[in-house]
Amino acid sequence: MPEPLIDMQHLVKKFGDQTVLQDVNLAVMPGEIVGLIGPSGAGKSTVIKTTLGMEVADGGTAHVLQTQMPNRQLLGRIGYMAQDDALYDTLTGRENLTFFGNMKGVAKADLTAKIAHVAAVVDLTGDLDKRVSGYSGGMMRRLSLAIALLGDPELLILDEPTVGIDPALRRKIWAELANVRADGRGVLITTHVMDEAELTDKVALLLGGKIMAFDQPAALKKQYAVDTIEEVFLKAEGVD
Amino acid sequence: MRTLAIAKRVTTELLRDKRTLALMFVAPILILFLMKLIFSANSTTSVNIATVDLPSAVRTELNGIKHVDVVAKKDNSAAKKALKNQDVDAIIRKTSTNQYTVTYANTDATKTTMVKQAFKGALSANGIKQMRSTIKRLGGTVVKLTATVQQMQAAQKVAAAKAGMAASANATTGSAKTPAISVPKVKVTTSTKIKNKYVYGDKDTGFFDKIVPILMGFFVFFFVFLISGMALLKERTSGTLDRLLATPVRRSEIVFGYMLSYGGLALVQTIIIVLTTVYLMGVEIMGSLGAVMVINFLLAVVALAFGILMSTFARSEFQMMQFIPVIIVPQIFFSGIIPLESLAGWVQGIAYILPLKYAGDAMTQIIMYGKGLLGLSFDIGILLLFLVVLTFLNIRGLRRYRKV
Repeated sequence: MPEPLIDMQHLVKKFGDQTVLQDVNLAVMPGEIVGLIGPSGAGKSTVIKTTLGMEVADGGTAHVLQTQMPNRQLLGRIGYMAQDDALYDTLTGRENLTFFGNMKGVAKADLTAKIAHVAAVVDLTGDLDKRVSGYSGGMMRRLSLAIALLGDPELLILDEPTVGIDPALRRKIWAELANVRADGRGVLITTHVMDEAELTDKVALLLGGKIMAFDQPAALKKQYAVDTIEEVFLKAEGVD
Repeated sequence: MRTLAIAKRVTTELLRDKRTLALMFVAPILILFLMKLIFSANSTTSVNIATVDLPSAVRTELNGIKHVDVVAKKDNSAAKKALKNQDVDAIIRKTSTNQYTVTYANTDATKTTMVKQAFKGALSANGIKQMRSTIKRLGGTVVKLTATVQQMQAAQKVAAAKAGMAASANATTGSAKTPAISVPKVKVTTSTKIKNKYVYGDKDTGFFDKIVPILMGFFVFFFVFLISGMALLKERTSGTLDRLLATPVRRSEIVFGYMLSYGGLALVQTIIIVLTTVYLMGVEIMGSLGAVMVINFLLAVVALAFGILMSTFARSEFQMMQFIPVIIVPQIFFSGIIPLESLAGWVQGIAYILPLKYAGDAMTQIIMYGKGLLGLSFDIGILLLFLVVLTFLNIRGLRRYRKV
């Protein structure tokens, strides 16, 4: 049995009087894509921030790569892509990649080759020396993903990576995630798009700071006696 | 080294932002140049004075004073009308012997002072003239008196001769010579020469020269504060700070990276501002130019740390601008442009927590009194203390965004 990449046990997070997460249990195993779905304000971003050590849990444990978070050194082994593109637009694509490569601690000798590799993955090779300010929205998303992929992280954390991009690009990103999975690396992905949730190995349904369900998509559909994850979501929310 | 990588990135971003660069380098020069034009103009104020019933002698004296023009008005109402129409700046009216009423428009304190001084000067000059003529007249009287005495003696002599007293006549002849009073030459030396020597500057040294060391520091502070604050703010609002903090970078490496790149920029800016002030504005520096640069650069780095710190309290560029009246403007009031000793004790206390006070102090000492850096270890020490504390707070402050 391999060790989990993310292992959250009874996680509690409060901001002042407000309890944002209560008793969250979540695990991401190597070679697994875990989808985190839930309405806005359910606490998805807080789960991600705690995983990255930007926030500290008020109760329970958050282990990432067998290390209690927060831990700074560990961040070099995690690839993170935020909801917003978070790029330096006066710099070129290559300069952005080089900068984040340096920050992640990618060895100087490997950096050029690794940049070429991730650029090819997201199909940006021809545009690397253009400034980001001249990029289209889709190109920015792809560059953002390339930065997350840089340095072959053991764990990818993607916060709504497919918001506002066209279906062709979305398919491409998922193809790349499948490659990551095939390498035996893990992915934690938040999404609003329910048919994307179908593509994951496991889905965690986060509602009001609690994990309502955490299982394979097929098992969840069976449990709720519905045909799609979207219906699972609606049923769990009690909208029906 | 991550610090260097961050510094390199920030510098590249800055160099591609031409407008910000222009603001940092050209704007201070432009402002200093404009100030020079404005403040050096105040030496040529001239005033127009209306006079009513003023003795013509006084009026002539008054008219003779540089930058003072006099118009005689026949009565008070005519003069008042001129004052109301802003044709004249003051009315001087003689009400009775040695009684004058002066009415000032008083819309410009400089002009009021000038009229006061001119009138005083004219009166005393006139007084001296009168005295001189009185003395002259007295002198004339003495001469006449002497003549009378001589005539009388001559008459006496004649009388004595008539009396036929030869022996006594001899004696009187001798005594008759004695009263020949020698009249001292009445000559009032009007050409009293005062030779002026200046420890700092020359006769053209004005208000601008006094405030220029402080203004120089102020501009360094202002521009570095604003731009460094904006930069980290942009990093935060665009989400790149979060992304940056999701890498194993140390918080201190981010702060030092920023300090390094903006420090380099501040160094160039300081050199430009100081050289402009000294050579283009023609400000005389008693101490060494190097010392001025060192103090200004130190101030720039403090401003940098300060700007970064303040930006963590701002949520947008507009909120950053709101710090200008709260943080920047008070600095200039307490920086020494207005002598601090003249303020109330508790007000003086405020100055001691503002970095510009220490820089302004040190700069004045170097530029006007020629002190060296060694003599300013207190001011330099305080500035360094500001720098260390602010840098520490910045590193600490980034904890808000990542807990390690």
